[in-house]
Amino acid sequence: MAAEIIRLVDVSKVYGTGDATVHAVDDVSLTVKEGDFLAVMGPSGSGKSTLMHILGCLDVPTSGEYRFAGEDVSRMNERELASIRNRRIGFVFQQFHLLASMSAWRNVELPLLYRAARDRRQTALNALAQVGLTGRVQHRPNQLSGGQQQRVAIARALVTDPTMILADEPTGNLDSKASREVLDILTSLNKSGHTIVLITHDPNVAGVAERVVEMADGRLRDRVAA
Amino acid sequence: MNLLRTFDTGMRGLLGHRLRSILTTLGILFGVAAVICTVGIGTASADSVNSRIAALGTNLLTISPGSTTSFGVRGGSGSANTLTMEDVTGLEDKQDAPDVAAVAPVVSGTATLVSTSTNWSTTVQGTTPGWLTANARSLSGGVFFTQQQVDKHAQVVVLGTTTAQDLGVTVGSQVSISGAPFDVVGILTASGSTGFTNNDDLAVVPITTAQDQVTGGSPDSVQRILLSATSSATIGSAYLEADQLLLETHHITNSASADFNITSASTLASTAASVTTTLTILLASVAAISLLVGGIGVMNIMLVSVTERTQEIGLRKALGATPRDLLRQFLIEAATLSFVGGLLGVGAGLLAGILVPRLANIAVTITPTPVIIAVVVAAGVGLIFGVYPAARAARLAPIAALRAE
Repeated sequence: MAAEIIRLVDVSKVYGTGDATVHAVDDVSLTVKEGDFLAVMGPSGSGKSTLMHILGCLDVPTSGEYRFAGEDVSRMNERELASIRNRRIGFVFQQFHLLASMSAWRNVELPLLYRAARDRRQTALNALAQVGLTGRVQHRPNQLSGGQQQRVAIARALVTDPTMILADEPTGNLDSKASREVLDILTSLNKSGHTIVLITHDPNVAGVAERVVEMADGRLRDRVAA
Repeated sequence: MNLLRTFDTGMRGLLGHRLRSILTTLGILFGVAAVICTVGIGTASADSVNSRIAALGTNLLTISPGSTTSFGVRGGSGSANTLTMEDVTGLEDKQDAPDVAAVAPVVSGTATLVSTSTNWSTTVQGTTPGWLTANARSLSGGVFFTQQQVDKHAQVVVLGTTTAQDLGVTVGSQVSISGAPFDVVGILTASGSTGFTNNDDLAVVPITTAQDQVTGGSPDSVQRILLSATSSATIGSAYLEADQLLLETHHITNSASADFNITSASTLASTAASVTTTLTILLASVAAISLLVGGIGVMNIMLVSVTERTQEIGLRKALGATPRDLLRQFLIEAATLSFVGGLLGVGAGLLAGILVPRLANIAVTITPTPVIIAVVVAAGVGLIFGVYPAARAARLAPIAALRAE
């Protein structure tokens, strides 16, 4: 049986106090196993972004327990969280978040700078090869198409060989052809054993995942993939 | 993340914003260059004042009359006429004043000198042959007048170089002073100026002749007495001997009520030194303020940079940068801006040290100490002013930073 990567038990995130209290994430329990491809779906305001921040160890829950690959991350401090993010999670964002002043391979190398890593350049080049960008390693982000930029971002997520890839609306800024390319890459990464959590509002995008959960008003319900 | 890699990251951050980095560096550059240059000018002017005072003769003592008190009102120093030829004779006594090398009484006034070609108004000093030694002056041509010529009220004159040039005369020429004809017997060697006094614009005549023709007054009374000690080591004892002798001759028992003042060139030197020190401090303070302004410029730019790069900070945090990594990165960026600015400022300061003397005829002496201090202060300023922006970057929450527009 595959190991548990994510175990959320009754996790809540509350903002504000008194009448202004907002339960962005309300009593959510969720388990993700190694090799899973999970999509979290929901309209904007449903709390899926907050859930993604908790899953990505960018934020800690107000209550409940979050175990990531066996480690209790719900009570970790900023420094420990930074280490978890660096070692175990690869992020793919809607806005790509590439640094404009750096070439593609320098962008991919970035997470390796925050850990003890050798052959950083070669590791970065390998990751770029995995997303089919061998010919673009010296290009700046503004010399690349949107789809190519997102592939650089995926390479950056891959380069640390993370336990999980967390993709937040990865196709949100892309046309349908580029979207298809990006989703194909994510699918093939999953096929080769990577655990992937995809956050999206788009049912077509969520459709590539093996398992889809829906979020509404901070609560989660399972839905069987079509 | 180790320091070397943080440094590399910091450099990339700076190179990513070249124009901004260069402009910020300029603020520090000018600050440091200004400090180096102004301190250099101060040092040079202090040196020049000191060497001019040394040229005056640090062995020189000047005795001037004390103040008068009439009806309870004290007149200014020199308002009395208390020095006489008798005092001069007393001071010339080797028994009573063994450390006094030369004595010269002086009376002076202003007169118009007329040569065949032009006329020129200048200071005329009446004195004795001791003047040359007492003032540590020499002649570039001719001879100084003798004691016999003093005794005979001879109408001879020794001119300063400026005066001689302006009158267009040489040794052997004749000039008229206040209408009386004088033979030019000697020309003094140029000695430059002290403060506002040009030491090369004067005419020196026998004291007897000066009293006859220029200053008038009693033949016994002198305005000042110049003394030179046998060496700069004996200046203190020469001072005491002169003081003692004059108190006795003037029948004064309490030295506090002495009717004369003795000043030395070294007093003048220390006064001048303190004036130039004050000026240097003033100039350096202005320059230091410009360095401070440069430092605030670094802080300003770093704050702008942190705000503008909020997304980058958020991303770096998401990718695993700890608050300490970011603190270091931004501190290194700030310190590098000011350190590089400091080094370039040294270059600019040294260049100014070469150019200013050529273009503006102001001497600049650059010594290592202010250069080192300026660079260290510049880097320090960058670090100190970089702390706050760096701490802000380190404290940013990753989600908020990622979401920022």
